[in-house]
Order: sequence, then C-alpha cells, then structure tokens
Amino acid sequence: MDSELKKKLQRQAAKIRMNIIDAVYGAKSGHPGGSLSIADTLTYLYFAKMHVDPKNPKMKDRDRFVLSKGHCAPGLYSTLAERGFFDVSELKKLRQVGAMLQGHPDMKHTPGVDMSTGSLGQGISAAAGMALAGKIDSAGYKVYTILGDGELEEGQVWEAAMFAGHNKLDNLVAIIDNNGLQIDGKISDVCSPMPITDKFAAFGWHVITMNAHDFDSIEKAFDEAEKIQYQPVAIVQTSVKGKGVSFMENNAGWHGKAPNAEQYEQAMTELKTAMAAL
Amino acid sequence: MADIIKKATRDSYGEALVELGKVHDDLLVLVADLADATKVEGFKKAYPERFFDCGIAEANMMGIAAGLAAAGKKVFASSFAMFAAGRAYEIVRNSIGYPHLPVKIGATHAGISVGEDGASHQCCEDIALMRTIPGMTVINPSDDIEAKAAVFAAMDIDGPVYIRFGRLAIPVINGFDGYKFEVGKGVTLKEGADVTIIATGLLVCEALEAAKTLEADGISARVINIHTIKPIDEDIIIKAAKETGLLITAEEHSVIGGLGSAVADVVTASTPVPVVKIGVNDVFGHSGPAPELLKEFGLSAENIVKTVKASMSLKK
Repeated sequence: MDSELKKKLQRQAAKIRMNIIDAVYGAKSGHPGGSLSIADTLTYLYFAKMHVDPKNPKMKDRDRFVLSKGHCAPGLYSTLAERGFFDVSELKKLRQVGAMLQGHPDMKHTPGVDMSTGSLGQGISAAAGMALAGKIDSAGYKVYTILGDGELEEGQVWEAAMFAGHNKLDNLVAIIDNNGLQIDGKISDVCSPMPITDKFAAFGWHVITMNAHDFDSIEKAFDEAEKIQYQPVAIVQTSVKGKGVSFMENNAGWHGKAPNAEQYEQAMTELKTAMAAL
Repeated sequence: MADIIKKATRDSYGEALVELGKVHDDLLVLVADLADATKVEGFKKAYPERFFDCGIAEANMMGIAAGLAAAGKKVFASSFAMFAAGRAYEIVRNSIGYPHLPVKIGATHAGISVGEDGASHQCCEDIALMRTIPGMTVINPSDDIEAKAAVFAAMDIDGPVYIRFGRLAIPVINGFDGYKFEVGKGVTLKEGADVTIIATGLLVCEALEAAKTLEADGISARVINIHTIKPIDEDIIIKAAKETGLLITAEEHSVIGGLGSAVADVVTASTPVPVVKIGVNDVFGHSGPAPELLKEFGLSAENIVKTVKASMSLKK
C-alpha cells in the first residue's frame, strides 16, 4: 500500500478507536472489544474502498454495508461520524434517551446505516438480499458485511451462506472477524465454529484470509475479492479483540462492558500515544 | 339454489400474484421449497426470472426479503403459516418489522384446516405473533374474492404485511353487489340487534349460516367480517358493542391473542360488553380431514349458534 495512504488510514483508525472508547464510556455500556477489533477494516472500507456519499446516504448505486455483528455499533458509528454522515458529537449521546444512536444499528434513524441489525445471524441474510437486488438490477454496487466468529454459531448464517453460494452472488463480501472470543469465553471452548475457512469454501464461497490490523494485508485481501467472479467472497480476518487498548486486548471480559473513569484515562492515553507515534 | 363455489384461498393467492406480476414488472416472489403447496408455482412459470426458491430455510428467506426490500424491491415471501410466522418470527420481527420494510408475507396452510398433516403444521398462533409486531398489517381473508383483493391492496401498503391463507376449499361469499375491500375496514354482512358475531377467515361463512339459524329462533344476530386484524376497525366494533351489547368472536386460531383478543382489547378500553371467544381453546390439533376437525374444534355454524344462545344471558 502507498505509504501516505497507509499513514492516513492508520491515523484515521486511531481516531476511530478513540471515538469508540469515548462513546462507550459516555454511554456507560456497549461493546468496545469487538468494535476495536474491526476498527481497521471499517476504516479501510469507508476511507479507501466503498463508494458512498455522506451527503447522499441513500444514493442508489452506493456500496452497501451491513454490520451483521450489530453489537459493534460503536465501531460503525465512530466510522460513519468520521466519514461525515453525521456530527461526531452524536457519539457522546450513544444509547441515551432521545439519541439518534441506538444500542444496535437502526437504519430508520441513522444516516449511513444500510440495515438494522443486532440479532446475530440476520445481517448476512439481508446483505445477501441486497446483493441479489444488485444482480437483478445489473447494478455495479458491492455489499459488504461483517460477522463475528461467535456469530457463526447461529444457523441462519449457514442458510445465508448456502443461498449466496447457490446464487453466485459475487457482489457480496462477508468479513468474518475472527478474534477468537465471544461473551462466554473462547469460541473454541464455547461451541467451536472452526474451521471457518473450510466451511465457507464448502458452501461455494471464495475464501481469503487477512491480518485485520495490517493495512497492506487488508488492501491485498479486498483487491483479491474485487476480482472474484461467480462466487461470494468470505474474508476471514485474524484480529485482536480490544485491539489498541492493552487491558482490553484478548480479554472476553471486555466484550460488552464500559471502562470506568480510571480505565478510560488509561485507554485514551494509550490510544493518544499510539496516534502520536504515527 | 345455485351451486356453492368453493376455493382455497392459497389458490387465490397464487392467481393474484400472477396478475400482480403483470402490473408490477419488478415484483419478486420468494418461497422456501413450497412453490406448489403455497401456489406460487404459477408466478414461477410466468416470471421465472423474478422467482427465487430459497430452499428449506425460512429464516434466511425472510432476511433475503428484507435485504431486497431495503434495496427498493417489491417482494412477497411465501411459506406455510407455521414457518413464516412461527419459525421465522424473530427474523420477521427484527429484520422486517423493526426497520418497517415493505415485505409482504404470504402465509398459507394456516389453522386447523391443514387437516391430515396434523398438529406440527396446524398453525393457530400466527395472528397472535404477527399482531404484536409494531407496524405490521395482518389480514385474514374470508374467501377467494377477499384473498385476491388483499394481495392487491398489500402492494400499496408502505410497510410489512402478513396475509393468511388456507388450504381448504371454502365457499365464495363476497360476490355480492357493492363488496369493497378496504384494509382496516370491517364489513357488516348482516344487520342485527341482539348480538354481534364478529368473525374472520373461514369462520365468516359459518357466522352467516349461524345467523340464519338464530334468526329462525328469534335472535337477531349482526355479522361482521373482520378481514384486517391489524389495524382493526375499532369503530365498527364499538358500534356493535353499543347497539347489540354482546359480542361473539369466531376464528380458526387460538383464543389466545387472535381476533377475539383484539376485539376484547378494543371494547374493554371504551365500551365494555361481554366478549365470548370461539377459537382453538389452547390445545394442539391432530390429524384428520379438515371438515371433521373444524366441527370437532367447534369452528362451525352449529357451535356459533350454541355459543350465542348460551351467552345471551350475559347481556345486561
């Protein structure tokens, strides 16, 4: 990747991570761990990949994004705000009465949110439906969706995988955030969905793996996805839950918990230091 | 007397879709491996490029429908009531209802009249499930004419619609002059002063027959057809409560959460009068020919007559 673009994306991702911590701290609840693990991917999609217009969020030929793991809304909201879909000040009101930003994405009230999600396993079906609509219309848009690795335990995911493979939806890209943790612990201990790559391949998907925190790897994966024809694409990203905040990293306890004042200060200090080093 | 024409409303659904496909060249139809049974086979033959079989995966089908609608497509999703409203309930609630996407759900094989397939397929809970979803329109047509009208009308509703169809051939009763289908408007089929029978679906025909018998026995029964369970026609129900003082509801659905409950919800708030519910009394069905089952479970003109007579003393 072009070094200037990489630097720009790294800074943007660092800013998005700070917004995530700010928003969850302000709300006193929410899901920081999984939001941090997808922050770089969201940054790449919204700042280097997707054809979107914040001034015209319903633009007909836009690329679509569905956050199938809807609980990572703080990650999506922070990205959308940074991209200009709405004011960053909205993040401070996350999850509050009267706020636009709901605990889980609400397409009716939040510009840039293409599908309401939150109940796991459902976003990928809606994304496949949008991709089918694109095919019917011979539209050029792509549909991107991010799922959690724990989310793969939902049976509906595999119904959707079968449908997308059968219908050769090559305008659909599903990113699996393989951070290895879910609420109750390690996915390998709870009810393992592994091997993820083989499963998607078995349903007729083209499977790509990438490092979720390396923009070179991310770019390479999405460039490859772009070239695939007659198959939906699954990008299985190896990520670190809580990435960027030392005490949240690889800790299932930070799946759905807000930091206290002291933890907030430490998290922000760490993220600011990382930003300054860029 | 002319022969009574009978037709299953699932057939009406299939025929209406073919008609609708002509008018709306962007209409899509989804099914979950029940193209023939749900009668969308006709649409499949007429417009194969606009027909998608999702396989035996109702949850995903509802999600696909939601995604299509979110991308601006007009779509009907078809399955048996048991799977459309039952199995896929949470997807209908969260992926279609919550974002208020204009997906139309065509649910066939509703109620006990599924017959021989037995309890696993006799869905008597769908109206209850669907009417709890905010913004969902719920329609239960009483015959072929009404079923087709409901399918056409659903297209103009900017939100999700659940339409319930049956497997059993039932009499065509709405072929009279002046019949007009309007979503959310009940139809007074017979005037009456002593009691009102409020019926829906295949019980409307039974209610009309019961009213005739009651008339001969000196009881003047009003008959109202409530095809739209939600939004329900409050005015027609309140008027009937005020003028007749006793409401008997009749539906091929559980007495919990269906038409009877919806009617009770309306009157308890403003015009409390006795509401006596005829429906499936919180039990599972079983296998057997549909006409026999309907009799056995009290979903008949005879039972309506009996219930009305037994309830007259409740009037103040």
